[in-house]
Amino acid sequence: MAQIRLENIIKLFGKVAAVNNVSLTINDGEFMVLLGPSGCGKTTLLRCLAGLEIPDGGNIFISDQNVTEFSPRRRNIAMVFQNYAIFPHLTVYDNIGFGLKMKKFSKADIEKNVKRAATLLEVDKYLERHPAQLSGGQRQRVAVARAIAMNPAVLLMDEPLSNLDALLRMQMRAELKRLLQEIGATTVYVTHDQVEALSMGDRISVMKSGQIAQVDDPMKVYTDPANTFVGGFIGSPPMNFLVGEVVQSEGGLAVEIEGQRLPAPANLARMAGQKVTVGLRAENIEAGEVKDGPGLPTQVMVVEPLGSHLLLTTRIGGQSLKVVTPVDYPVSPDQPLWLRPDLNKLRWLDAQSGTLLNLN
Amino acid sequence: MSLKQEPEQALKTPGQAGEVALPDFKRRRRRFNYTPFLLLLPATLFLAIFFLYPMLQSFIIAFQDSQGGFTFDNIDTMVKDTNFGDALKYTLLFIVIIVPLQVVLALIMALVINTGLKWAGFFLYIWTIPLAISDLAAGIVWYSIFTNHGYINQILIQLGLTQTPIDFLSFENPTLVFVAVVIAELWRATAIVMVILVAGLQVIPRAYTEAAEVFGASPWQRLWHVTLPMLKPSLQVALILRTILAFQTFALVFALAGRIMPVLAGEAYKWYNDVRNVGVAATYALLILLLSLANTFIYLRFLNTKAEELA
Amino acid sequence: MSILDQVNLNDNAPVTARTARPVLNQRSMARFALYVLAVTLTLWIILPLYFITASAFSTRDALYDWPKSLFPNPISFDTMDFFLNSRGVYSSALNSLIVGLITLALSLLIGAPAGYALARFIFPGRDSYKLLILTTRAFPIVILSIPLSVTFLNFGLYDTLIGVALVHTALALPQTILVTSSIFVAVPNELEEAALTLGCHRMSAFTKIVLPMALPGLAAAAIFAFVLSWNEVFAATILTSQNRTLPAQVLGSLSNSSLPLRYAGGFVLIVPSLLFILIIRKYLLNMWGRVVK
Repeated sequence: MAQIRLENIIKLFGKVAAVNNVSLTINDGEFMVLLGPSGCGKTTLLRCLAGLEIPDGGNIFISDQNVTEFSPRRRNIAMVFQNYAIFPHLTVYDNIGFGLKMKKFSKADIEKNVKRAATLLEVDKYLERHPAQLSGGQRQRVAVARAIAMNPAVLLMDEPLSNLDALLRMQMRAELKRLLQEIGATTVYVTHDQVEALSMGDRISVMKSGQIAQVDDPMKVYTDPANTFVGGFIGSPPMNFLVGEVVQSEGGLAVEIEGQRLPAPANLARMAGQKVTVGLRAENIEAGEVKDGPGLPTQVMVVEPLGSHLLLTTRIGGQSLKVVTPVDYPVSPDQPLWLRPDLNKLRWLDAQSGTLLNLN
Repeated sequence: MSLKQEPEQALKTPGQAGEVALPDFKRRRRRFNYTPFLLLLPATLFLAIFFLYPMLQSFIIAFQDSQGGFTFDNIDTMVKDTNFGDALKYTLLFIVIIVPLQVVLALIMALVINTGLKWAGFFLYIWTIPLAISDLAAGIVWYSIFTNHGYINQILIQLGLTQTPIDFLSFENPTLVFVAVVIAELWRATAIVMVILVAGLQVIPRAYTEAAEVFGASPWQRLWHVTLPMLKPSLQVALILRTILAFQTFALVFALAGRIMPVLAGEAYKWYNDVRNVGVAATYALLILLLSLANTFIYLRFLNTKAEELA
Repeated sequence: MSILDQVNLNDNAPVTARTARPVLNQRSMARFALYVLAVTLTLWIILPLYFITASAFSTRDALYDWPKSLFPNPISFDTMDFFLNSRGVYSSALNSLIVGLITLALSLLIGAPAGYALARFIFPGRDSYKLLILTTRAFPIVILSIPLSVTFLNFGLYDTLIGVALVHTALALPQTILVTSSIFVAVPNELEEAALTLGCHRMSAFTKIVLPMALPGLAAAAIFAFVLSWNEVFAATILTSQNRTLPAQVLGSLSNSSLPLRYAGGFVLIVPSLLFILIIRKYLLNMWGRVVK
């Protein structure tokens, strides 16, 4: 259907670059998530794609056509807005059929498409109602149905689930994922919720300060963050980062963290004598009472029971480290703990810039 | 839809801390968006014609003699007219007395509404009725009350407080006439102040007064130290608005007191309509204009109001 | 918030029986005082209206009766009849209606686009423009109809309904612009953008989405302009000699009108305004109250 190509997009608001030189290719039928904290430029980028903003620099191609300066209605897109933007003075039927009517479809075609979209989203029972008579979740479904009824080549979604309560959001998340797989439209989905991003996206673009920090499939973004920002933004708890120094020891290359040594891979040799940042996920650390095997001596600061597991905040020297243990793990604050990281899952980053080191 | 236009050029912002500098790039040239200016144009032209032009015209008429030369004759005539002193005196006195009265009464009304008593909506609706009543009609209404055959005298006699009707609206009792005018204006024009204050009260979050209460402030302390300071912008707006409008008081006085109580706008009307001297009438108009502007200026200065707060 | 506020607090709070009695007494006293105050204020507004109505529907003789009744007895339509049929009343009422309608149309036609521009566009000078409109408040535009009359004479606008309507439009315009602006602001921009992504032009997005949603508010703004015009007497008198509006007619004949005629005139002036206030009461606070950001 449609491939999207963004080339060096720049969007300025006054002197501030909301989007700073972003290039990104989204494949036909792909579900691309734009993920980032508020103010990172993800919504602005989506609005450029929709034609609601015209970028100051760069070009946008949809299906190889340069649409950079096209008005929204000439782009064959549909959009789901954060606050749904359901027209309050129109019935659900007229809302879903609005776009088709503007495109001068026949009455019969409009009806067919409205019925199909409404059925897909299970709002076919409310077609005669006005939005005021719908719950938040139902309005959300109408907003999606309205976009889908257009049979768009590109579907744009701006934080569509952020106004739903937690339970409904989880339910809608799964439902949307299934639905979008079925439709197969190229989808660009903006969210600040990393769980949504990880669970729904084919690929994730993590954005920061108007730029893309990393584009990868969800698992890759999670396990191999391109930098400390991505590692810290994705995952709950975020990835641990410890600063250490690469040293040569009798047993081979090692990294020394707060006076304690952990074995390091041989291809880190060129960093010998320099500082590195070690990234490690909380679930890749094993906690123990006694010192066996390579590990870090820590002291427990906080114990947070989270139902399915315990989240421990521990301290080693002046740095802190989060660890996940089973709920029944006997632990209490101030007690010493020996932490053994899974050495294969350590990630090595530049201590200065925070970017992942290329070890090849 | 930002319309900020800069010439086509390579833009570079300095790399701020934490920010990444923009690359060199050619900024997309975009058509200047004229839409908002086109939309504003008719209103701007209209206001310019009907506000600026008569203002200039009033200067010209006031200072021009029949040959087109410069003259102070109109001002001379105005100032030496027997009614001028009284008109100025009554207008200023009227403002000094009516504006504080209205603000206090309106504040009481607004606070009553704001307690959220039952039927607050009903009370508010009744109390806003005078908004729709013209000054002329209000004058006639109160004439029916204050005149010799009116309801006040009726009630006073039935209560046995007087034997013969009291002449409220006569040359012999200028003070009574003035009081009647103040009461009528209080009735008619307090509603606008009240509405401004009610709206002002509504935007004050209840949390502030509740917090004050939790910290032990008495109702009066809450009113004085929390509510009123936060209501200050609304109060200032009401003050300025009412004062400006009070300079233009005319039909109410005319209907109620005829020629007994001269006011500036009434004199302007008289010189235009009865004496048929446009020059002096325009001079009065100019005087009212200057007084209004001076009043606004003084209020803004002394009350330290931001002009944006007026609407 | 005030002493009265106390009344509403903690009505449901559990209190022990011993302490409850005096507190509740104080509360109900305060509550009672509050309602007395509210009713008194209501009478203060209503009674004069009752008096003018009673006067307008009394017989001519009853008005001069002494002592006279506080209720019209008998209720008579003679006075109203006489007023409505006296010379100039019918035509001036018609004039008022026409001037009011022209004012309504003009102020909306000129004001609403400006209001929309202020609500939707960010452009250089936007804030100064708003400020400029606000400062028109300090202009006694009505009084300035005196110098304007000279110009109107030159342009053939003197003693015409359109001339009066133009000044009334100038009087209503600043308010119309600000009110319509706040009405358009209340229609979320997101709806307009949604319409754009669904195939609308800017224009059709406006007519199909914004306009229907803004319509009740715009109607209220229009009625406001009409009432302003219907009530205005100074400019209407200055700018006309034959083609009087109703207030100008009543004012002009005030000194040589009998009491019944005055009262009937006052009553007729009040009635339409009251009806309009009734219609737009929902918007009252928004329109006159939108003074502080």
